Amino acid sequence: MSESAKPHHPSPQGKGEKSHGGDFSYVGIDAILEQMRRKAMKQGFELNLMVVGQSGLGKSTLMNTLFKSKVSRNKSVQSNPEERIPKTVEIKSISHDIEEKGVRMKLTVIDTPGFGDQINNENCWQPIMKFINDQYEAYLQEEININRKKRIPDSRVHCCIYFIPPTGHCLRPLDVEFMRRLSKVVNIVPVIAKADTLTLEERDSFKQTIREELRANGIDVYPQKEFDEDAEDRMINDKIREMIPFAVVGSDQEYQVNGKRLLGRKTKWGTIEVENIAHCEFAYLRDLLIRTHMQNIKDITGSIHYETYRVRRLNESNGKIHPINHVPL
Amino acid sequence: MASSDVARQPDKGARPLSLAGHVGFDSLPDQLVNKSISQGFCFNILCIGETGIGKSTLMDTLFNTNFENFESSHFEPQVKLRAQTYDLQESNVRLRLTVVNTVGFGDQMNKQESYQPVVDYIDKQFETYLQEELKIKRSLHNYHDSRVHACLYFISPSGHSLKSLDLVTMKKLDSKVNIIPVIAKADTISKSELHKFKIKIMSELVSNGVQIYQFPLDDETVAKVNTTMNGHLPFAVVGSTEEVCVGNKMVKARQYPWGVVQVENEHHCDFVKLREMLICVNMEDLREQTHTRHYELYRRCKLEEMGFKDTDPECKPVSLQQTYEAKRQEFLAELQKREDEMRQVFVQRVKEKEAELKEAERELQGRFEQLKRLHAEEKAALEEKKRLLDIDLTSFGNRKTAAALLQPPGFTVNGKKDKDRKNSGFM
Repeated sequence: MSESAKPHHPSPQGKGEKSHGGDFSYVGIDAILEQMRRKAMKQGFELNLMVVGQSGLGKSTLMNTLFKSKVSRNKSVQSNPEERIPKTVEIKSISHDIEEKGVRMKLTVIDTPGFGDQINNENCWQPIMKFINDQYEAYLQEEININRKKRIPDSRVHCCIYFIPPTGHCLRPLDVEFMRRLSKVVNIVPVIAKADTLTLEERDSFKQTIREELRANGIDVYPQKEFDEDAEDRMINDKIREMIPFAVVGSDQEYQVNGKRLLGRKTKWGTIEVENIAHCEFAYLRDLLIRTHMQNIKDITGSIHYETYRVRRLNESNGKIHPINHVPL
Repeated sequence: MASSDVARQPDKGARPLSLAGHVGFDSLPDQLVNKSISQGFCFNILCIGETGIGKSTLMDTLFNTNFENFESSHFEPQVKLRAQTYDLQESNVRLRLTVVNTVGFGDQMNKQESYQPVVDYIDKQFETYLQEELKIKRSLHNYHDSRVHACLYFISPSGHSLKSLDLVTMKKLDSKVNIIPVIAKADTISKSELHKFKIKIMSELVSNGVQIYQFPLDDETVAKVNTTMNGHLPFAVVGSTEEVCVGNKMVKARQYPWGVVQVENEHHCDFVKLREMLICVNMEDLREQTHTRHYELYRRCKLEEMGFKDTDPECKPVSLQQTYEAKRQEFLAELQKREDEMRQVFVQRVKEKEAELKEAERELQGRFEQLKRLHAEEKAALEEKKRLLDIDLTSFGNRKTAAALLQPPGFTVNGKKDKDRKNSGFM
């Protein structure tokens, strides 16, 4: 059987104009984009977001603001005070089906009540690490089945939003420890919560300090420098890296500002508009997470973090799960 | 064989929620498409048909380029496959197209094994993908997918029915690849004959249980056009890269003394339908069917063949790990046994050799002793002889002196008297 795989570069005579019938220089290869879009719309998307931070930092409110609906129930609604702070870190995952302009998405928000709330917070990241690794494990088991499902349900955590309390000083040891361990297994997006307590100068210097501390500790948050694909990507991502961590304010209540109804927080000294980039950086976070980089976040989770887990898992059982590598065919 | 890609149902436990404003994730399909554009696409077509039926010409016409191809001879001893890869680009879409042609199909006198090289090729592509997928360190997103996505089967335009070679080949391939049958050189059949021919072909395929590729009907936007096209299978095509002036336009056509067959005229042949179905409407579905149906089937069969199961005889889920462990022990035990055997054989041989050597040594020693003895004996004999000789010499010497004393003094000068003396001395 002779095979010659020399890639050639003949191009269809006449680049495609999109007219049918009569224009025979058009082959129709670019119709595959439309086909892909149709297939994606039909299948729907999945997104799993995890929010981590001490209680009271506004995690649920931020989720509700991001997705403009009640994706998380507000903890302060709970009436029973003894139940408010769990003894250990719990993992609570709630799924919603949302739809916008024909695009259906299954959004799962994973909440971590109890994180950082105890007096002794050593190892409070362990339940979270275990949860993330469990999701990878479930996916791996599905993948190595003989009879596989048509579409393996993706419950892997795509992005972890870490809430930094707005102290204005520097990162706390808990923050550094957590981010250091988790940046290796999941995409972390750090945000400064309740940023309306910081003035602009304080905010900038706080961000500077945080960035330096992240660099000093070798913590690689999303977008990671090493996964930039080309120069254009690097340029866009560098701009983002200049701005992280985003200083956000969340709100799900609308107020009247200048004749328009906007989401904001009303105080005696003024109204903070959530979506105004002069007030806070919520809009940048939303754009990064949802409008521009969502697919990229999912890709990095699938092709890098998951693969790293898989390699480690397979190596530690000495290739026991892998028949092909050792048993003679 | 309609594609059964089920639209995702809302999962249990996921509550539907309505959004109060514009969030912005409707750009997700665009993000996905952009990523695919930067990655590029790949598509692999396999063309099976007899030599000279027009496979290469049809490929040229379909993709509007001139692929490198040359006429093959009719005297190939075996069916071979020739794969060529090309990089095409249209607007911003880059496509890596691999065209695999059969060489010598249908030319042999004995065509019983004609389908085998094709099946082997398709299986080999699946195998390479499976190997890559099972590697520990793998790079699936960079992987050049060489699995065959579509198979165009060229039926020769006899006008009667399918040949038995066609039926046998298609039956072997229908579970491995998406088959799209086309009637080649359709300008040799008249319209009414063509209609009857198509019906005959389809009924033969159905009665023989050959599952050809059906265009998918589950997406409303294309369901209607796909249903119509399903009714036109197999497509009767004419291929040509030459251009002829018709009216005031240059069109791709074949010129005959009795007229001009225009390739892109829907009344003349089904070429436009084929192009639309294969490329413009269903390319993605073809790729998906290959991956989710044909490849999964291959993978399942291959892994089961090697002894892996999802559930053991008691129907409890068996992890791949347990099965693998068992196999591994078995294999290691086998290795150990063989090693022991070899060691035994080796020890045996060494012993034998040692015994042989000892034997030889002993023999040599014996010979040496013997020689030594001989030598000593001869030496003793020689000594004896020497001694006797010495005795003789001394006795002779004694007698000589005695005789000299006994001689009178006068007899020494005269010769005669000497003679007498000599004579008397020696008696």
